[in-house]
Amino acid sequence: MYNIETKNLDFYYGDFHALKDISMTIEKNEVTAFIGPSGCGKSTYLRLFNRMNDLIPNTKMTGEITIGGKDIYSKNILVDQLRKEVGMVFQKPNPFPKTIFENIAYGLRVNGEKDKAFIEATVEDALKGAALWTEVKDKLKKSAFELSGGQQQRLCIARALAVKPNVILMDEPCSALDPISTLKVEELIHELKEKYTIVIVTHNMQQAARVSDKTAFFYLGELIEYGPTAKIFTNPDKEATQNYITGRFG
Amino acid sequence: MNKIFRGRKYFLEAIWEGLLKISGSITSIVVLLIVVFLFKEGMGLFNSKKIEDGYSIAINKTNTLTKLSSEEVKNVFDAEITSWKALGVKMENDEIVVLRLNDVESYANEEEMALLDQSFDNLPKVINRIIEDNPNMIAFVPETYLNKGFSGKKIDLGNISPKEFFGGKEWFPTAQPVPQFGVLPIILGTLWVSLGAILLALPFGLAVSIYMSELASTRIYKLMKPVIELLAGIPSVVYGFFGLIVIVPLIQKVFNLPVGETAMAGSIVLGIMALPTIITISEDALRTVPRAMKEASLALGANKWQTIIKVTIPYAISGITAAVVLGIGRAIGETMAVLMVTGNAAVIPHTLLEPVRTIPATIAAELGEAPSGGVHYQALFVLGCILFILTLIINLTVEYVSSKNKHKAH
Repeated sequence: MYNIETKNLDFYYGDFHALKDISMTIEKNEVTAFIGPSGCGKSTYLRLFNRMNDLIPNTKMTGEITIGGKDIYSKNILVDQLRKEVGMVFQKPNPFPKTIFENIAYGLRVNGEKDKAFIEATVEDALKGAALWTEVKDKLKKSAFELSGGQQQRLCIARALAVKPNVILMDEPCSALDPISTLKVEELIHELKEKYTIVIVTHNMQQAARVSDKTAFFYLGELIEYGPTAKIFTNPDKEATQNYITGRFG
Repeated sequence: MNKIFRGRKYFLEAIWEGLLKISGSITSIVVLLIVVFLFKEGMGLFNSKKIEDGYSIAINKTNTLTKLSSEEVKNVFDAEITSWKALGVKMENDEIVVLRLNDVESYANEEEMALLDQSFDNLPKVINRIIEDNPNMIAFVPETYLNKGFSGKKIDLGNISPKEFFGGKEWFPTAQPVPQFGVLPIILGTLWVSLGAILLALPFGLAVSIYMSELASTRIYKLMKPVIELLAGIPSVVYGFFGLIVIVPLIQKVFNLPVGETAMAGSIVLGIMALPTIITISEDALRTVPRAMKEASLALGANKWQTIIKVTIPYAISGITAAVVLGIGRAIGETMAVLMVTGNAAVIPHTLLEPVRTIPATIAAELGEAPSGGVHYQALFVLGCILFILTLIINLTVEYVSSKNKHKAH
């Protein structure tokens, strides 16, 4: 279980200054929500924690991000090992065009796991962890595309859990889901924070209020305010935060 | 006033619509007409006699022979079969004697020669006498000379049968007395060359498309793309030239062959020609793999290669299949380059290092010499039909594969 610390972080897409001098500490065993209007940099920031932005050409980063005390942008870090430690759930459910079982087993297989019994046990654990086991245990050999959107998203969470990460990043995980599926995923997040450090980006203010312990408000690439969720939503220090959570802009 | 304006506008729109409709219908009708023409011209083949028009095969009346296949006829007249026993006929004098029209003089006696000098009308009588005196003789003469008072037997070879056409192993469309239309070596040659081409082009094309879609930097991509497109624009005769001057001698030297014009030369040239198709289409397919799919894989700790092999390629597999099938289609229909480099021997190939002949090359090379409406001409049209059906199957496969792809996307 690790803290995520950021010091003086700046990030650029070409000439565009997307994140401006961010410094913050994300505590372990807590759910931290990033909120802010579209284009404020919250997703970009989240994607720095598992170096997903490496894939985007023409970007530049300065500053430091450490997870569990290790600088994840140092030269001798193994990016695929880092991504094993820092799992990610995406905006839209994106299961692979494989069976339900193979979707979960994928992370194990690419990490060289061959032991069949171990893989089967891990798949079961991961599906149970994502509260999906009872729904899919009889159709593990079916294509993942046969599941509903909400089930697919929980499958993606199970897929992330299977590689046993310490941190789980969620990039608007419920934006493509109906209210009932959203509720299930939110319940799941509550359970997961016992074991994992969770960072969630969301557009949905109520969701941030419901699931998170701490909330960070971003605006135009700057971290405006960061603190306990209860305080941010009832008595924020900054006027911009107040305006945003009351729906005056954004 | 307003009403009139609107009416005119509607009128113009109707004209445009009509024009578009007409061009659409004309295109479809032309395509249909071409197909109908192709089949109509070829259909007559199986109603044609095997033997050259106006000729007959005749034997002595004591001869028990009743049937001959066209291959047997060919072998008899090429002196490859010389004994009656081989044809299942018992005879005192087992040796087959062949009589062609220009052999008549050597069998005729003095009296007959005099008769012939008087008039050619006496020819039927002379031929009749010669065949009557030679029980072991088989004659190939014009039908008209056997009409009046012929005492021997004529052998009816029957019509060209589909079985002999599709299963026959010999293609000698100008052979006498019986042209041989066995298309098996030509069909096999076509498939053989295309298979070789695809075996060469697939790994290479796939490698290039993966490189271009997944690994190449934007600068290199912008450099490579036009080059690949240029490759598609080179006329096929230029490829043929290149093959003839560079690849053919190279194959001859490397494999120490008497001739370098082989199926392999054709495969290499066709492989190069199919590359742009394969690269462009499979690159498109790889590019349409959602970024979310690749990110999902990377986020689970898979490296770039694992992601390409286990996620990107499987996701794009139907597009890649379509690319390969279209590449085969390109290879099967290609004419000029293949005609130039494959040696064009209509023999069933056993290795890639033998000369072969393909369907399009056969049609291109022979149609000019085949008399319009004749058997040879019809046979070439049937070959055209076979090619058409092959490419039709290929197109349907592509349709099927890509329709499956649409299914998968949901």
